[in-house]
Amino acid sequence: MPDQKSFEALYGEMEEAVRQLEAGDLSLEESLALFARATALAEQCNALLDSAELRVRQLVSQPDGSSAAEPFENWQNG
Amino acid sequence: MPPANVYSVSQVSAYIKSLFVGDMLLADVWLSGEVSGFIQANSGHCYFTLKDAGAILKSVIWRTQAKGMALPRNGDAVIVHGAISVYEQGGAYQLYVDHLEPAGVGQLWREFERLKARLEVEGLFADARKRPIPARPARLGVVTSPTAAALRDILRTLSHRYGLVDVILAPTPVQGDQAPPAIVAALALLNRWSVEREPLDAIILARGGGSIEELWAFNDERVARAIAASAAPVITGVGHETDFTIADFVADLRAPTPTGAATLATPDGRELSAAVAALMARAERQLTGRLADERTRVGGLTVRLRRAAPAARLATNRQRIDDLSRRGALAIANIVHQQRARLRGEGLRLTALDPNRVLARGYAIVARADGAVLHSVAQVAPGDAVRVRMADGAFGAIVTEDR
Repeated sequence: MPDQKSFEALYGEMEEAVRQLEAGDLSLEESLALFARATALAEQCNALLDSAELRVRQLVSQPDGSSAAEPFENWQNG
Repeated sequence: MPPANVYSVSQVSAYIKSLFVGDMLLADVWLSGEVSGFIQANSGHCYFTLKDAGAILKSVIWRTQAKGMALPRNGDAVIVHGAISVYEQGGAYQLYVDHLEPAGVGQLWREFERLKARLEVEGLFADARKRPIPARPARLGVVTSPTAAALRDILRTLSHRYGLVDVILAPTPVQGDQAPPAIVAALALLNRWSVEREPLDAIILARGGGSIEELWAFNDERVARAIAASAAPVITGVGHETDFTIADFVADLRAPTPTGAATLATPDGRELSAAVAALMARAERQLTGRLADERTRVGGLTVRLRRAAPAARLATNRQRIDDLSRRGALAIANIVHQQRARLRGEGLRLTALDPNRVLARGYAIVARADGAVLHSVAQVAPGDAVRVRMADGAFGAIVTEDR
Protein backbone atom coordinates (compact mmCIF):
# COMPACT_ATOMS: atom_id res chain seq x y z
CA MET A 1 0.00 0.00 0.00
CA PRO A 2 1.56 3.32 -1.00
CA ASP A 3 -0.07 5.21 1.87
CA GLN A 4 1.37 3.90 5.13
CA LYS A 5 -0.77 6.09 7.36
CA SER A 6 -2.31 4.48 10.41
CA PHE A 7 -6.02 3.81 10.66
CA GLU A 8 -6.12 6.37 13.44
CA ALA A 9 -4.64 9.06 11.15
CA LEU A 10 -6.88 8.21 8.20
CA TYR A 11 -9.99 8.14 10.35
CA GLY A 12 -9.02 11.47 11.88
CA GLU A 13 -8.59 13.04 8.44
CA MET A 14 -11.91 11.67 7.33
CA GLU A 15 -13.64 13.07 10.41
CA GLU A 16 -12.08 16.45 9.67
CA ALA A 17 -13.16 16.37 6.02
CA VAL A 18 -16.75 15.60 6.99
CA ARG A 19 -16.69 18.28 9.66
CA GLN A 20 -15.54 20.86 7.09
CA LEU A 21 -18.17 19.69 4.67
CA GLU A 22 -20.81 20.19 7.34
CA ALA A 23 -19.52 23.64 8.26
CA GLY A 24 -20.98 24.59 4.88
CA ASP A 25 -19.04 27.76 3.94
CA LEU A 26 -17.46 26.17 0.89
CA SER A 27 -17.95 26.50 -2.85
CA LEU A 28 -19.59 23.62 -4.67
CA GLU A 29 -16.24 22.64 -6.15
CA GLU A 30 -14.61 22.59 -2.75
CA SER A 31 -17.49 20.55 -1.34
CA LEU A 32 -17.18 18.02 -4.13
CA ALA A 33 -13.43 17.79 -3.68
CA LEU A 34 -13.84 17.24 0.06
CA PHE A 35 -16.48 14.62 -0.57
CA ALA A 36 -14.17 12.82 -2.97
CA ARG A 37 -11.40 13.02 -0.36
CA ALA A 38 -13.67 11.59 2.35
CA THR A 39 -14.68 8.78 0.01
CA ALA A 40 -11.07 7.92 -0.74
CA LEU A 41 -10.20 7.97 2.98
CA ALA A 42 -13.17 5.71 3.74
CA GLU A 43 -11.92 3.24 1.17
CA GLN A 44 -8.44 3.30 2.70
CA CYS A 45 -9.86 2.81 6.20
CA ASN A 46 -11.89 -0.19 5.06
CA ALA A 47 -8.96 -1.62 3.13
CA LEU A 48 -6.78 -1.38 6.25
CA LEU A 49 -9.40 -3.08 8.40
CA ASP A 50 -9.94 -5.84 5.84
CA SER A 51 -6.32 -6.63 5.14
CA ALA A 52 -4.78 -6.20 8.58
CA GLU A 53 -2.77 -9.18 9.78
CA LEU A 54 -1.62 -9.24 13.38
CA ARG A 55 2.12 -8.60 13.72
CA VAL A 56 3.63 -10.27 16.77
CA ARG A 57 7.20 -9.88 17.97
CA GLN A 58 9.00 -11.26 21.00
CA LEU A 59 11.59 -9.39 23.06
CA VAL A 60 14.84 -11.32 23.20
CA SER A 61 17.87 -10.35 25.29
CA GLN A 62 21.01 -9.60 23.34
CA PRO A 63 24.57 -10.40 24.48
CA ASP A 64 25.22 -6.69 25.08
CA GLY A 65 22.32 -6.47 27.56
CA SER A 66 19.91 -4.70 25.26
CA SER A 67 16.86 -6.42 23.81
CA ALA A 68 15.65 -6.97 20.28
CA ALA A 69 12.19 -7.74 18.93
CA GLU A 70 12.13 -10.90 16.85
CA PRO A 71 9.17 -12.21 14.87
CA PHE A 72 6.96 -14.56 16.87
CA GLU A 73 5.08 -16.54 14.31
CA ASN A 74 4.15 -20.01 15.40
CA TRP A 75 1.22 -18.99 17.59
CA GLN A 76 -1.36 -19.88 14.98
CA ASN A 77 -0.41 -23.56 15.07
CA GLY A 78 -1.69 -25.93 17.72
CA MET B 1 38.08 -47.71 86.29
CA PRO B 2 37.10 -46.83 82.73
CA PRO B 3 37.48 -49.46 80.07
CA ALA B 4 40.13 -49.14 77.36
CA ASN B 5 37.74 -47.85 74.70
CA VAL B 6 36.90 -44.32 75.78
CA TYR B 7 35.53 -42.28 72.85
CA SER B 8 36.01 -38.65 72.22
CA VAL B 9 32.97 -36.35 71.90
CA SER B 10 33.71 -35.97 68.22
CA GLN B 11 33.82 -39.70 67.72
CA VAL B 12 30.47 -40.22 69.39
CA SER B 13 28.96 -37.28 67.55
CA ALA B 14 30.22 -38.67 64.25
CA TYR B 15 28.65 -42.02 65.17
CA ILE B 16 25.31 -40.38 66.01
CA LYS B 17 25.43 -38.43 62.76
CA SER B 18 26.03 -41.62 60.79
CA LEU B 19 22.86 -43.08 62.31
CA PHE B 20 20.84 -40.04 61.14
CA VAL B 21 22.38 -40.02 57.70
CA GLY B 22 21.78 -43.71 57.20
CA ASP B 23 18.13 -43.46 58.18
CA MET B 24 15.85 -43.54 55.15
CA LEU B 25 13.07 -41.54 56.78
CA LEU B 26 15.22 -38.77 58.26
CA ALA B 27 17.14 -38.29 55.02
CA ASP B 28 13.97 -37.51 53.07
CA VAL B 29 11.18 -36.19 55.26
CA TRP B 30 8.09 -34.02 54.89
CA LEU B 31 6.71 -32.35 57.98
CA SER B 32 4.38 -29.60 59.01
CA GLY B 33 4.64 -27.10 61.81
CA GLU B 34 4.64 -23.48 62.79
CA VAL B 35 7.59 -21.16 62.20
CA SER B 36 9.10 -19.28 65.13
CA GLY B 37 12.33 -17.44 65.85
CA PHE B 38 12.96 -16.92 62.15
CA ILE B 39 16.12 -14.98 61.32
CA GLN B 40 18.12 -14.59 58.17
CA ALA B 41 21.82 -14.05 58.93
CA ASN B 42 24.04 -11.70 56.96
CA SER B 43 25.45 -14.76 55.26
CA GLY B 44 22.01 -15.35 53.75
CA HIS B 45 21.39 -18.57 55.67
CA CYS B 46 18.10 -18.75 57.57
CA TYR B 47 17.55 -20.23 61.02
CA PHE B 48 14.29 -20.91 62.77
CA THR B 49 12.47 -23.47 64.81
CA LEU B 50 9.57 -25.49 63.58
CA LYS B 51 7.18 -26.30 66.36
CA ASP B 52 3.87 -27.77 67.26
CA ALA B 53 2.13 -28.16 70.61
CA GLY B 54 4.46 -30.90 71.80
CA ALA B 55 7.92 -30.38 70.34
CA ILE B 56 10.34 -28.13 68.55
CA LEU B 57 12.81 -28.83 65.75
CA LYS B 58 15.74 -26.58 64.91
CA SER B 59 15.73 -25.79 61.22
CA VAL B 60 18.11 -24.29 58.68
CA ILE B 61 17.65 -23.00 55.15
CA TRP B 62 20.95 -22.56 53.36
CA ARG B 63 21.45 -19.37 51.36
CA THR B 64 21.34 -21.16 48.02
CA GLN B 65 17.95 -22.72 48.86
CA ALA B 66 16.62 -19.55 50.44
CA LYS B 67 17.23 -17.53 47.25
CA GLY B 68 14.49 -19.18 45.23
CA MET B 69 12.05 -19.49 48.12
CA ALA B 70 9.18 -17.45 49.53
CA LEU B 71 10.57 -17.13 53.05
CA PRO B 72 8.21 -17.71 55.97
CA ARG B 73 7.41 -15.36 58.81
CA ASN B 74 7.01 -16.18 62.46
CA GLY B 75 3.65 -17.75 63.13
CA ASP B 76 3.28 -19.11 59.57
CA ALA B 77 2.04 -22.65 59.30
CA VAL B 78 4.24 -24.38 56.78
CA ILE B 79 4.92 -27.69 55.13
CA VAL B 80 8.61 -28.35 54.64
CA HIS B 81 10.79 -30.98 53.08
CA GLY B 82 14.41 -31.76 53.90
CA ALA B 83 16.80 -33.99 55.77
CA ILE B 84 17.39 -34.18 59.52
CA SER B 85 20.97 -34.51 60.55
CA VAL B 86 23.38 -33.61 63.31
CA TYR B 87 25.20 -30.34 63.76
CA GLU B 88 28.15 -31.69 65.65
CA GLN B 89 29.67 -28.38 66.74
CA GLY B 90 26.31 -27.35 68.19
CA GLY B 91 25.52 -30.69 69.70
CA ALA B 92 22.11 -30.63 68.08
CA TYR B 93 20.12 -32.35 65.45
CA GLN B 94 18.35 -30.11 62.98
CA LEU B 95 16.32 -30.02 59.84
CA TYR B 96 18.00 -28.84 56.63
CA VAL B 97 15.12 -27.46 54.61
CA ASP B 98 15.17 -27.64 50.81
CA HIS B 99 11.49 -26.91 50.19
CA LEU B 100 9.00 -24.84 52.08
CA GLU B 101 5.42 -23.92 51.32
CA PRO B 102 2.59 -22.32 53.25
CA ALA B 103 0.38 -24.93 54.79
CA GLY B 104 -2.95 -24.94 53.06
CA VAL B 105 -5.15 -22.46 51.30
CA GLY B 106 -6.19 -20.82 54.55
CA GLN B 107 -2.68 -19.57 55.02
CA LEU B 108 -2.56 -18.23 51.46
CA TRP B 109 -5.75 -16.27 51.97
CA ARG B 110 -4.52 -14.76 55.20
CA GLU B 111 -1.46 -13.54 53.31
CA PHE B 112 -3.68 -12.27 50.51
CA GLU B 113 -5.89 -10.28 52.87
CA ARG B 114 -2.89 -8.88 54.71
CA LEU B 115 -1.22 -7.61 51.52
CA LYS B 116 -4.47 -6.38 50.05
CA ALA B 117 -5.26 -4.34 53.15
CA ARG B 118 -1.78 -2.87 53.23
CA LEU B 119 -1.72 -1.84 49.57
CA GLU B 120 -5.23 -0.46 49.79
CA VAL B 121 -4.23 1.81 52.67
CA GLU B 122 -1.29 2.92 50.56
CA GLY B 123 -3.72 3.96 47.84
CA LEU B 124 -2.46 1.58 45.16
CA PHE B 125 -6.01 0.54 44.23
CA ALA B 126 -7.45 4.07 44.06
CA ASP B 127 -9.62 4.92 41.06
CA ALA B 128 -7.70 8.15 40.63
CA ARG B 129 -4.64 6.08 39.75
CA LYS B 130 -6.39 4.21 36.93
CA ARG B 131 -5.43 5.43 33.51
CA PRO B 132 -7.68 5.17 30.45
CA ILE B 133 -6.88 2.62 27.76
CA PRO B 134 -6.65 4.19 24.26
CA ALA B 135 -9.69 3.28 22.17
CA ARG B 136 -7.68 2.34 19.09
CA PRO B 137 -4.22 1.22 20.27
CA ALA B 138 -1.41 1.06 17.74
CA ARG B 139 0.84 -1.17 19.84
CA LEU B 140 0.27 -3.48 22.82
CA GLY B 141 2.72 -5.25 25.11
CA VAL B 142 1.87 -8.74 26.35
CA VAL B 143 3.38 -10.33 29.46
CA THR B 144 2.60 -14.04 29.77
CA SER B 145 4.05 -17.49 29.25
CA PRO B 146 5.06 -17.96 25.59
CA THR B 147 3.98 -21.59 25.62
CA ALA B 148 0.59 -21.37 27.32
CA ALA B 149 -2.87 -21.43 25.79
CA ALA B 150 -3.51 -17.99 27.28
CA LEU B 151 -1.14 -16.38 24.78
CA ARG B 152 -2.84 -18.07 21.83
CA ASP B 153 -6.23 -16.96 23.14
CA ILE B 154 -4.99 -13.38 23.40
CA LEU B 155 -3.40 -13.32 19.95
CA ARG B 156 -6.41 -14.94 18.27
CA THR B 157 -8.75 -12.44 19.89
CA LEU B 158 -6.60 -9.47 18.90
CA SER B 159 -6.31 -10.84 15.38
CA HIS B 160 -10.09 -11.24 15.01
CA ARG B 161 -10.99 -7.91 16.50
CA TYR B 162 -8.29 -5.55 15.41
CA GLY B 163 -5.49 -7.01 13.30
CA LEU B 164 -4.03 -3.52 12.89
CA VAL B 165 -2.50 -3.63 16.34
CA ASP B 166 1.19 -4.38 16.74
CA VAL B 167 2.08 -6.85 19.53
CA ILE B 168 5.29 -7.00 21.55
CA LEU B 169 5.57 -10.09 23.71
CA ALA B 170 7.75 -10.19 26.83
CA PRO B 171 7.79 -13.89 27.71
CA THR B 172 7.87 -14.91 31.37
CA PRO B 173 7.03 -17.87 33.57
CA VAL B 174 3.68 -17.25 35.28
CA GLN B 175 3.83 -19.66 38.19
CA GLY B 176 6.36 -20.81 40.73
CA ASP B 177 8.83 -18.91 42.86
CA GLN B 178 10.73 -17.53 39.90
CA ALA B 179 7.55 -16.05 38.35
CA PRO B 180 7.19 -12.80 40.37
CA PRO B 181 10.69 -11.44 39.68
CA ALA B 182 10.39 -12.56 36.04
CA ILE B 183 7.04 -10.76 35.66
CA VAL B 184 8.52 -7.65 37.25
CA ALA B 185 11.44 -7.83 34.81
CA ALA B 186 9.14 -8.34 31.81
CA LEU B 187 7.06 -5.27 32.75
CA ALA B 188 10.23 -3.22 33.13
CA LEU B 189 11.55 -4.47 29.79
CA LEU B 190 8.36 -3.48 27.97
CA ASN B 191 8.29 -0.06 29.60
CA ARG B 192 11.87 0.50 28.53
CA TRP B 193 11.03 -0.61 25.02
CA SER B 194 8.11 1.79 25.03
CA VAL B 195 10.27 4.73 26.04
CA GLU B 196 13.35 3.97 23.97
CA ARG B 197 12.04 2.20 20.86
CA GLU B 198 8.34 1.99 20.08
CA PRO B 199 5.64 3.45 22.32
CA LEU B 200 3.14 1.00 23.81
CA ASP B 201 -0.47 2.09 24.35
CA ALA B 202 -1.08 -0.58 27.00
CA ILE B 203 0.30 -3.82 28.44
CA ILE B 204 -1.72 -7.01 28.87
CA LEU B 205 -0.62 -9.12 31.86
CA ALA B 206 -2.25 -12.53 31.66
CA ARG B 207 -2.36 -16.10 32.82
CA GLY B 208 -4.86 -18.88 32.14
CA GLY B 209 -6.93 -20.54 34.84
CA GLY B 210 -5.34 -22.59 37.60
CA SER B 211 -5.40 -23.40 41.29
CA ILE B 212 -4.95 -20.61 43.81
CA GLU B 213 -1.35 -21.76 44.30
CA GLU B 214 -0.72 -21.60 40.56
CA LEU B 215 -2.09 -18.06 40.38
CA TRP B 216 -0.13 -16.95 43.39
CA ALA B 217 2.53 -15.01 41.49
CA PHE B 218 -0.21 -12.45 40.76
CA ASN B 219 -0.69 -11.90 44.49
CA ASP B 220 2.96 -11.02 44.96
CA GLU B 221 3.76 -7.59 46.32
CA ARG B 222 6.65 -7.14 43.86
CA VAL B 223 4.30 -7.75 40.94
CA ALA B 224 1.73 -5.36 42.40
CA ARG B 225 4.31 -2.61 42.72
CA ALA B 226 5.65 -3.21 39.21
CA ILE B 227 2.13 -2.78 37.82
CA ALA B 228 1.70 0.44 39.78
CA ALA B 229 5.07 1.68 38.50
CA SER B 230 4.39 0.84 34.84
CA ALA B 231 4.29 3.94 32.63
CA ALA B 232 2.03 2.14 30.15
CA PRO B 233 -1.44 1.28 31.51
CA VAL B 234 -1.78 -2.38 32.48
CA ILE B 235 -4.77 -4.64 31.72
CA THR B 236 -4.87 -7.88 33.72
CA GLY B 237 -6.53 -11.09 32.61
CA VAL B 238 -5.68 -13.71 35.21
CA GLY B 239 -7.41 -17.05 35.72
CA HIS B 240 -11.16 -17.28 35.41
CA GLU B 241 -14.07 -14.92 35.93
CA THR B 242 -14.17 -15.57 39.67
CA ASP B 243 -10.46 -15.18 40.37
CA PHE B 244 -9.46 -11.84 41.82
CA THR B 245 -5.77 -11.27 42.41
CA ILE B 246 -3.84 -8.36 43.93
CA ALA B 247 -2.59 -7.66 40.40
CA ASP B 248 -6.21 -7.15 39.31
CA PHE B 249 -6.77 -4.56 42.02
CA VAL B 250 -3.67 -2.56 41.09
CA ALA B 251 -4.17 -2.80 37.31
CA ASP B 252 -5.63 0.09 35.35
CA LEU B 253 -8.22 -2.29 33.96
CA ARG B 254 -9.18 -5.81 35.11
CA ALA B 255 -10.49 -8.36 32.63
CA PRO B 256 -11.97 -11.70 33.78
CA THR B 257 -9.76 -13.84 31.50
CA PRO B 258 -6.84 -13.51 29.03
CA THR B 259 -9.35 -13.43 26.16
CA GLY B 260 -11.29 -10.74 28.01
CA ALA B 261 -8.13 -8.66 28.37
CA ALA B 262 -7.54 -8.79 24.61
CA THR B 263 -11.16 -7.76 24.06
CA LEU B 264 -10.97 -4.80 26.43
CA ALA B 265 -7.67 -3.68 24.88
CA THR B 266 -9.00 -3.29 21.34
CA PRO B 267 -11.97 -1.94 19.42
CA ASP B 268 -14.15 -4.29 17.37
CA GLY B 269 -13.11 -4.00 13.72
CA ARG B 270 -16.77 -4.34 12.65
CA GLU B 271 -17.73 -1.38 14.81
CA LEU B 272 -14.99 0.64 13.17
CA SER B 273 -16.31 -0.26 9.72
CA ALA B 274 -19.71 0.93 10.89
CA ALA B 275 -18.19 4.17 12.19
CA VAL B 276 -16.54 4.78 8.81
CA ALA B 277 -19.85 4.11 7.06
CA ALA B 278 -21.65 6.49 9.44
CA LEU B 279 -19.16 9.26 8.65
CA MET B 280 -19.69 8.70 4.94
CA ALA B 281 -23.45 8.84 5.41
CA ARG B 282 -23.01 12.26 7.02
CA ALA B 283 -20.89 13.41 4.07
CA GLU B 284 -23.50 12.15 1.62
CA ARG B 285 -26.32 13.88 3.43
CA GLN B 286 -24.37 17.11 3.28
CA LEU B 287 -23.57 16.84 -0.40
CA THR B 288 -27.11 15.84 -1.29
CA GLY B 289 -28.48 18.97 0.33
CA ARG B 290 -25.86 21.09 -1.34
CA LEU B 291 -26.58 19.74 -4.82
CA ALA B 292 -30.30 20.26 -4.31
CA ASP B 293 -29.63 23.92 -3.44
CA GLU B 294 -27.45 24.41 -6.50
CA ARG B 295 -30.03 22.88 -8.81
CA THR B 296 -32.71 25.15 -7.45
CA ARG B 297 -30.50 28.18 -7.96
CA VAL B 298 -29.87 27.24 -11.58
CA GLY B 299 -33.63 26.90 -12.04
CA GLY B 300 -34.26 30.31 -10.49
CA LEU B 301 -31.62 31.95 -12.65
CA THR B 302 -33.18 30.50 -15.77
CA VAL B 303 -36.51 32.03 -14.95
CA ARG B 304 -34.97 35.47 -14.29
CA LEU B 305 -32.95 35.39 -17.51
CA ARG B 306 -36.08 34.59 -19.51
CA ARG B 307 -37.95 37.49 -18.01
CA ALA B 308 -35.11 39.92 -18.57
CA ALA B 309 -34.39 39.00 -22.16
CA PRO B 310 -35.63 41.50 -24.81
CA ALA B 311 -38.23 40.10 -27.17
CA ALA B 312 -35.99 40.36 -30.26
CA ARG B 313 -33.33 38.13 -28.76
CA LEU B 314 -35.79 35.93 -27.04
CA ALA B 315 -35.59 33.05 -29.42
CA THR B 316 -31.82 32.73 -29.46
CA ASN B 317 -31.53 33.51 -25.79
CA ARG B 318 -34.15 31.03 -24.91
CA GLN B 319 -32.21 28.48 -26.77
CA ARG B 320 -29.00 29.46 -25.02
CA ILE B 321 -30.69 29.50 -21.67
CA ASP B 322 -32.17 26.11 -22.27
CA ASP B 323 -28.80 24.98 -23.37
CA LEU B 324 -27.10 26.43 -20.31
CA SER B 325 -29.56 25.01 -17.85
CA ARG B 326 -29.40 21.67 -19.59
CA ARG B 327 -25.63 21.77 -19.35
CA GLY B 328 -25.85 22.81 -15.70
CA ALA B 329 -28.19 19.97 -14.92
CA LEU B 330 -26.03 17.62 -16.92
CA ALA B 331 -22.91 18.75 -15.06
CA ILE B 332 -24.58 18.07 -11.75
CA ALA B 333 -25.86 14.74 -12.97
CA ASN B 334 -22.36 13.87 -14.13
CA ILE B 335 -20.86 14.81 -10.81
CA VAL B 336 -23.45 12.75 -9.04
CA HIS B 337 -22.79 9.89 -11.39
CA GLN B 338 -19.05 10.10 -10.87
CA GLN B 339 -19.30 10.26 -7.10
CA ARG B 340 -21.70 7.38 -7.13
CA ALA B 341 -19.32 5.34 -9.22
CA ARG B 342 -16.53 6.05 -6.75
CA LEU B 343 -18.40 4.53 -3.91
CA ARG B 344 -18.36 0.82 -3.51
CA GLY B 345 -19.26 -1.45 -0.67
CA GLU B 346 -21.93 -1.57 1.93
CA GLY B 347 -22.84 1.64 3.60
CA LEU B 348 -21.03 3.74 1.02
CA ARG B 349 -23.77 3.98 -1.56
CA LEU B 350 -25.25 7.30 -2.47
CA THR B 351 -28.93 6.78 -2.35
CA ALA B 352 -30.49 10.17 -2.41
CA LEU B 353 -28.61 12.64 -4.56
CA ASP B 354 -31.72 13.52 -6.53
CA PRO B 355 -33.20 16.60 -4.85
CA ASN B 356 -36.69 15.28 -5.53
CA ARG B 357 -35.97 12.37 -3.27
CA VAL B 358 -34.87 14.76 -0.59
CA LEU B 359 -38.17 16.60 -1.00
CA ALA B 360 -40.03 13.30 -0.86
CA ARG B 361 -38.62 12.80 2.64
CA GLY B 362 -40.58 15.85 3.76
CA TYR B 363 -38.18 18.68 3.06
CA ALA B 364 -39.30 21.84 1.22
CA ILE B 365 -37.53 24.56 -0.74
CA VAL B 366 -38.68 28.09 0.03
CA ALA B 367 -38.09 30.74 -2.64
CA ARG B 368 -38.80 34.47 -2.94
CA ALA B 369 -41.29 35.73 -5.53
CA ASP B 370 -38.40 36.35 -7.93
CA GLY B 371 -37.43 32.70 -7.67
CA ALA B 372 -34.34 33.13 -5.48
CA VAL B 373 -34.05 30.29 -2.98
CA LEU B 374 -34.03 31.37 0.65
CA HIS B 375 -31.02 30.34 2.70
CA SER B 376 -31.64 32.45 5.74
CA VAL B 377 -34.47 33.95 7.74
CA ALA B 378 -32.71 37.28 7.18
CA GLN B 379 -33.90 37.23 3.57
CA VAL B 380 -37.58 37.68 4.46
CA ALA B 381 -39.76 40.03 6.44
CA PRO B 382 -43.33 39.63 7.69
CA GLY B 383 -45.74 40.14 4.79
CA ASP B 384 -43.37 38.82 2.10
CA ALA B 385 -44.85 36.37 -0.35
CA VAL B 386 -42.87 33.19 -0.74
CA ARG B 387 -43.15 30.07 -2.82
CA VAL B 388 -42.87 26.68 -1.13
CA ARG B 389 -41.88 23.79 -3.31
CA MET B 390 -42.56 20.24 -2.18
CA ALA B 391 -42.06 16.90 -3.88
CA ASP B 392 -45.41 16.90 -5.68
CA GLY B 393 -45.92 20.59 -6.40
CA ALA B 394 -45.68 24.08 -5.00
CA PHE B 395 -47.82 26.64 -3.20
CA GLY B 396 -47.61 30.29 -2.25
CA ALA B 397 -47.34 31.47 1.32
CA ILE B 398 -47.05 34.70 3.28
CA VAL B 399 -44.43 35.22 5.98
CA THR B 400 -46.44 35.99 9.11
CA GLU B 401 -44.02 36.62 11.86
CA ASP B 402 -40.56 37.65 12.62
CA ARG B 403 -37.93 35.00 13.17
